[in-house]
Amino acid sequence: MDVRQSRKKNTVITLVLALGSFAIVQGLIMAGMIRSYQMVTVATICINIILAAGLNLVTGFTGQFSLGHAGFMAIGAYVCAILTLRDGSMGSFFIGTILGAVMAALCGVLIGIPTLRLKGDYLAIATLGFAEIIRIFAQNLVITGGAAGLSGIPKFTNWPMLWAFTVVTLILIIAFIKSSHGRACIAIREDEIAAESMGINTTKYKVMAFAIGAFFAGVGGALYASTFYILKPTTFGFMKSIDILMVVVLGGMGSMTGTVIAAAVLAIITMLLQSFSELRMVLYAIMLVAIMLFRPQGLMGDRELSVPGFIKKRQKKAPKAE
Amino acid sequence: MALLTVKNLTKSFGGLTAVSDVNMQIEEGELVGLIGPNGAGKTTLFNLLTGVYEPTTGKVILNTHGKEREIQGKKPYNICGEGIARTFQNIRLFKELSVLDNVRIAMHQRVGYNMMDAFLHTPKYVKEEERMIKEAEELLDIFHLSHKKFEKAKNLPYGEQRHLEIVRAMATKPDLLLLDEPAAGMNPNETAALTETIAQLRRDFGLTILLIEHDMSLVMKICERIYVLNYGQMLAKGTPDEIRNNKQVIEAYLGEER
Ligand SMILES: Nc1ncnc2c1ncn2[C@@H]1O[C@H](COP(=O)(O)OP(=O)(O)OP(=O)(O)O)[C@@H](O)[C@H]1O
Ligand SMILES: [Mg+2]
Repeated sequence: MDVRQSRKKNTVITLVLALGSFAIVQGLIMAGMIRSYQMVTVATICINIILAAGLNLVTGFTGQFSLGHAGFMAIGAYVCAILTLRDGSMGSFFIGTILGAVMAALCGVLIGIPTLRLKGDYLAIATLGFAEIIRIFAQNLVITGGAAGLSGIPKFTNWPMLWAFTVVTLILIIAFIKSSHGRACIAIREDEIAAESMGINTTKYKVMAFAIGAFFAGVGGALYASTFYILKPTTFGFMKSIDILMVVVLGGMGSMTGTVIAAAVLAIITMLLQSFSELRMVLYAIMLVAIMLFRPQGLMGDRELSVPGFIKKRQKKAPKAE
Repeated sequence: MALLTVKNLTKSFGGLTAVSDVNMQIEEGELVGLIGPNGAGKTTLFNLLTGVYEPTTGKVILNTHGKEREIQGKKPYNICGEGIARTFQNIRLFKELSVLDNVRIAMHQRVGYNMMDAFLHTPKYVKEEERMIKEAEELLDIFHLSHKKFEKAKNLPYGEQRHLEIVRAMATKPDLLLLDEPAAGMNPNETAALTETIAQLRRDFGLTILLIEHDMSLVMKICERIYVLNYGQMLAKGTPDEIRNNKQVIEAYLGEER
């Protein structure tokens, strides 16, 4: 198999999908079909893709069940909000986003080292606890505005910027998954004892995945703050982590294509049910149950859009080459 | 000093002593058999040597590349890095992953690029990935598995899964290879072929091999020396001929008809 060739092919596919998605939405905006009301949904889709892509790396690819993603998101959101409220320049928005993401990643490392030794339910509870601690901090610190939160956060995000952040996030995370480091993470999900016995420091790679996931949660949080002007501690509660997890589970654990599709589907459903917010939660619950019953692997399972055709072609070629 | 020295190694699970005061020496380049009735503690001994379990007491000393060090109680990935690789009795492949990925994962500890290269797919990444694929294919060729490199491991027939276990272990570039019942579930023809391949592996890669096997045709044919475990204790050691005629060994196996 030619690595260069497949890299070229992937670059082409990426360009087509990225530019295609931009053109479609841009076209709809120019045609007046996406107005500021629908734009909220578009922004939500982008932010949720960024959040869920990171969580999918942790939960779908590395097999570590985390319920604390909203905590990392909160860190990115508050850091960026505080910085841009002090100095409302584009520069401080970018610095705030990076700083928020780095701080979230550092928290990911600090939280990850002790908790990632735990398995399954215990890890879920520990990460949930962490997110609650962050929320309670936000609720009680002066700098985060206490229970009232922060408002009037300068808005720097627009469609092209959200698009760019989403595309770059996806490219980086998918590249990571297709590297030796990414395979080390996937090996942990597949069989931890075998992975360790084949030379993989499982704690190191769990923490690495966790930190990367936290980093992008921080990015997503920063974009959220800038897009929606207001931050409240309650935004980053348990339900936010569940929302993100829902995207990952619905799309398929271990499929980035699935994450993108699910983020879009869920945001559009939410938009359509705007005036029935209780109904939305009921529908979420029903969807979750239905997935577990009929398609526990999620919409895409662990497949990716470009992969099946690619593999088939290769398999036909391979025997001839020998 | 021997490549591997095991000194008074003991492992207890609660009241059960699965491995009891075991001593063992394996010289560089040897092919040694480890036999014993079911539940004798053979797999547990492998788990102690590879760090899956921490020994209750005792020492494991590895001596390779002119360096002597104690490795008991170290983490499996450290021990793998020190040059001991293994296969599993109850196959533990990365089932949902391709044959190629199974092998490449075992190469990860020596990968020549860092996390940033992984994110950005730098030229270094491309070069290393190409090298890994080439090396993986060479290893897969030993068992004629190259043409199945894109198949999921779980879709391979049972015998090939056992072969892939060996390839994966080889991909870590070990000095000492531990094989846990490599011929389990194979028919006599397959076992004979595997016997040949194991002997060839040792020659081509200058390996030292310790193997657990119930199939006496394989053990007696290729092992220079054999250790016999029974109820966690080392019952006997010697050449295949000595073991064949050892009264205690015959008694331990009586009624097992192997
Ligand atoms: N993790 C564990 N906890 C408790 N007991 C264990 C554990 N692992 C192994 N044992 C016990 O230790 C003893 C030795 O088991 P082991 O698997 O090492 O035997 P074996 O010689 O490999 O047998 P076989 O030929 O059947 O593979 C058995 O009685 C087994 O039940
Ligand atoms: Mg065993």
